[in-house]
Amino acid sequence: MDKATRFTLSVKITFVILLILFFLPIYTGLTDNGFYLDLVNRLMILAIAAASLNLILGHGGMISFGHAAYLGIGAYCVGIPAYYGVDNGPLQIFLAVAASGIFALITGAICLRTKGVYFIMITMAFTQMVFFGFVSVEEYGGDDGLVIDTRSNFGSFINIEDNINLYYFILISLIICLFLIHKITRSRFGLVIEGSRSNEQRMRSIGFDTYRYRLICYVIAGCICGYAGALLGNFTNFISPEMMDWAASGELIFMVILGGTGSLLGPVFGAAAFVILEEWLSSLTLYWHFIFGALLIMVVLFARGGISGIVTYLGNRKQ
Amino acid sequence: MDWVLFVTQMLNGLQLGVLLFLLASGLTLIFGIMDFVNLAHGSLYMIGAYFCGTFTDITDSFLYGIILAIPATAVVGVIVEIIIIRRLYSQNHLDHVLATFGLILCFDALVHFAWGPEGMAIPLPAILDGQIEILPDIVFPTFRLLIITTGLTLAIILYLVITRTRSGMLIRAGASNRTMIGALGIDIKTLFTLVFGAGAAMAGLAGMMISPITEASIGMGNDIIIVAFVVIIIGGIGSVKGAFIAAILVGFIDTMGRSFLDTFLKLLLSAESAETAAPALSAMLIYILMATILIFRPQGLFPPRGR
Repeated sequence: MDKATRFTLSVKITFVILLILFFLPIYTGLTDNGFYLDLVNRLMILAIAAASLNLILGHGGMISFGHAAYLGIGAYCVGIPAYYGVDNGPLQIFLAVAASGIFALITGAICLRTKGVYFIMITMAFTQMVFFGFVSVEEYGGDDGLVIDTRSNFGSFINIEDNINLYYFILISLIICLFLIHKITRSRFGLVIEGSRSNEQRMRSIGFDTYRYRLICYVIAGCICGYAGALLGNFTNFISPEMMDWAASGELIFMVILGGTGSLLGPVFGAAAFVILEEWLSSLTLYWHFIFGALLIMVVLFARGGISGIVTYLGNRKQ
Repeated sequence: MDWVLFVTQMLNGLQLGVLLFLLASGLTLIFGIMDFVNLAHGSLYMIGAYFCGTFTDITDSFLYGIILAIPATAVVGVIVEIIIIRRLYSQNHLDHVLATFGLILCFDALVHFAWGPEGMAIPLPAILDGQIEILPDIVFPTFRLLIITTGLTLAIILYLVITRTRSGMLIRAGASNRTMIGALGIDIKTLFTLVFGAGAAMAGLAGMMISPITEASIGMGNDIIIVAFVVIIIGGIGSVKGAFIAAILVGFIDTMGRSFLDTFLKLLLSAESAETAAPALSAMLIYILMATILIFRPQGLFPPRGR
């Protein structure tokens, strides 16, 4: 079976999803149901974050248990300027991406010197550091979080105070980010990253400075997730350190694994499944975390390919 | 600097240190022998605290509460190991992390279901509820002193068990070459289960000892477990000696930072900026310590030999 036929099912699904996403605001506008719009907004933002995590986790084999830090940093880069009355959108976005990049560069330089379990725990610890840092800064709300009064201002380009505009802004962002990640993974750079996951020693002996490649990849993933964080701040109009709680990082990994690490759309499926499951289970019972946790264990024990693995399997079987 | 406050805070730091050691020693043993990352170790800390609360209620005695709660927590650990953890040993670290993260969610929900959303205060018996004058002018809560002595005693016992007994020898052998001791005819499956149970008991004991001070609450293990990770990273994963030294170090630095960093910063900065910087910086201090140590020693201070 060649690659093209295996691709068809997921291409079809992508097309259908995009079609639905583009017309969703019209449907919710007609039925006056803002709830679904909010749900999909959250889903798309988390999908960007999960896709950026997949870049390092799935393609690079770097298991970061601290990716939610960038969501928080990005969101605070919208919130703190807004707190001082600066609502310049491009500036905030730039700040979010730059601050995330710098944080990723500094922590990545240390984390990537280590391997395996050390890497998992250190990424976790650094995120906890940022978490406690923001918890103890009283000026920006500390534990209670910070309310963002005004969303990012993009002048006459787009007014995201309007929820429908924000929706399309997030949707376009998602498509651009996915496209970017697709390009990265298909590039020479992406192949080096992939290669150093499967056999770092070999890549090094061919002459690649794998440490540098991995660090750059780590920074790119941080920047993309920081951007997602800026969107999240705009969407929720509120930031709290809780966003970068280590449970939040765990949830991002769950999304990636749930969707399947191998493919571009895996994290999107994963984020969708996660948000929908969360919404559905929490309406079902107060103790929904139990079902959620049990499900997580089941996925690890029995369903290693994730959702995109199932899609590939079905696509193969139909032929 | 206030001398009395300084000594009191030193003791508080020591107390945090021994608690961290109780958690970290289990974590580091489980990792050292089974190559298993257990995020849910903090849940056993929480379970221990809740068990202790319930048994104290029933028996009306904190001592009996602890005596009953330790084996109960160990049993929970053993059951979890047999049902879930055992199936994960052969899988990779990512799977360990995910599955034990799932376990945390399950444990938190179960505790919520069994004990309700509010915390559980655990009353101390009158003898432990007072204060002792340990040095002239320096009074320290009796119970905290008890925590320190218990923790240090356990550290010594653990040291003796690991260096002087046959099971300790198996543990050391397992940490340096798992496959080999299996090939020599040792029943590693049972060894793993027992070590996991012992780790659970120690984590549970840490929870029991802290709960009269802070009360038992849902998610109480989730914050301290990260600090325990910092401890075993600094100490070198798999090394009990490293875990002990790092635990005491982290305990001291964290406590001292929180109480004296603002005084110290005022020497360097203006009073106002010291006031704002100190809380954030002291909260981040142990992570900065970890990062600094890792720059020079990526494997921690005492990396175990043979891996």
